[in-house]
This record gives sequence, C-alpha cells and structure tokens, in this order.
Amino acid sequence: MIDVLYFAWVRERIGLPKERVQTAAATPAELVAELRAREDRYAAAFADLSALRVAVDQELTDWDAPLAGAREVAFFPPMTGG
Amino acid sequence: MAVRVQAEPFDLGAEAEAFADAASGAGAVVTFTGIVRDLPGGGMDRMEIEHYPGMTERALAAIEAEAVARWNLAASLVIHRHGTLAPGDRIMMVATASRHRADAFAAAEFLMDYLKSRAPFWKKEFGRDGAEWVAARDADEDALGRWSGD
Repeated sequence: MIDVLYFAWVRERIGLPKERVQTAAATPAELVAELRAREDRYAAAFADLSALRVAVDQELTDWDAPLAGAREVAFFPPMTGG
Repeated sequence: MAVRVQAEPFDLGAEAEAFADAASGAGAVVTFTGIVRDLPGGGMDRMEIEHYPGMTERALAAIEAEAVARWNLAASLVIHRHGTLAPGDRIMMVATASRHRADAFAAAEFLMDYLKSRAPFWKKEFGRDGAEWVAARDADEDALGRWSGD
C-alpha cells in the first residue's frame, strides 16, 4: 500500500487530495498507467505527463524512479511559489 | 538559517529589523518581499496558495542549505505564506546577510529563483470571471539555468 497525494488542479480533477492505493507499480509512470485505467477522471488528470511533476517521499523525482519501499507519491503541476 | 511556512501574515519591518539585529556581525543585509499582484485588468478577489506540508519545509531547507554552501552567509531567512491572501498582501520574504553585499544579493536571487520552481506551492487566482491556477512560467524554469555550472 502506498499513499498517493494530489495537489492543485490534479487534486481538483481527481476529486480528492489523498488516497491509499494497492499497487505493484515499480515506477511513478507505472502507477500513473494503473490510475489512468481506473476511471475517466484519472485519465483526464494524467492526460499529459509533461504538464505534471512527481515527488516520491517528498523529493522531486523522475517518472522512471524506483517506487520500491516508498511510503508516499505525490502528483502535481509545476510549482508556482514565490 | 531559518525557514517558516505559515498561514498568518508577517510583519515585514519587524522581521527585517530582527534579522538585521541577529546578523550584527555582517556588513550587508538584503531583503526581498513578494506581494500579491492584482490581475492585469484588476478585479482579483483573492489568491489561494496551496502547499505540500512536509515537502515544503524540506524543499525550502534544502534550497537554503545550497545557498549556504555556495555563498559566505552570516544568516538567511525564508518566510512563505499559504492559505487565502488579497491583492497587496505580502506572500513571502527572503533575507540574507553577509560580510559584503555581493554574497547577500546573489544568495537572495538564488533563493528566489529556486523557491519559485522547486518549492511545492501552487497559486490560484479568484477574479470576476472565475478562478484560475497560475501557470508556471518558462522564464522561471530558465532562471535556474544560470546557477548551474558555477
């Protein structure tokens, strides 16, 4: 089980900020493929990965980073701080 | 070296004074303040800033540590707000102190460039015609390039 978090318009499109997901995905890209297959709202949120960023255990990382042992994965648009 | 992420407003004058007092051995203090801009045509009701609790503090601390490693800083401070803000409200501030001004200016710019694109905050503007997430600007991402390779 892994905690999956969504922020900003990703959260709005999916309709929830956080969920526990049972997955054997080895990478964030594989997890996205599983989520996309679930329902249209996930497919809509993950339609364009170039418009998204991913963090594993609160560190910004790549779509093909290893998920083994991770507790938390977060998906969000490019950040707009400052 | 300090990072604060908070919903409450901060007092820019009081923070700058306290920072300068604490960095009394330094010869230079630079402060930068970010202010909520109104929409180009006016009429912004509010801005809501969402963040990723936990990762926000980690990311800001990592950016600050990088600044400390690159420049000779006597002190640094980052304050960033989240929640609901109005046009004219202060969103964030950065302060840096160093023996000579060049380090303080460069480190303040570095902190700003990195926290715009690498700290997990997202802004949503609420105006007369509805609400819209602020899009990241290519220029902000490009600004990071000038810090690599030196």
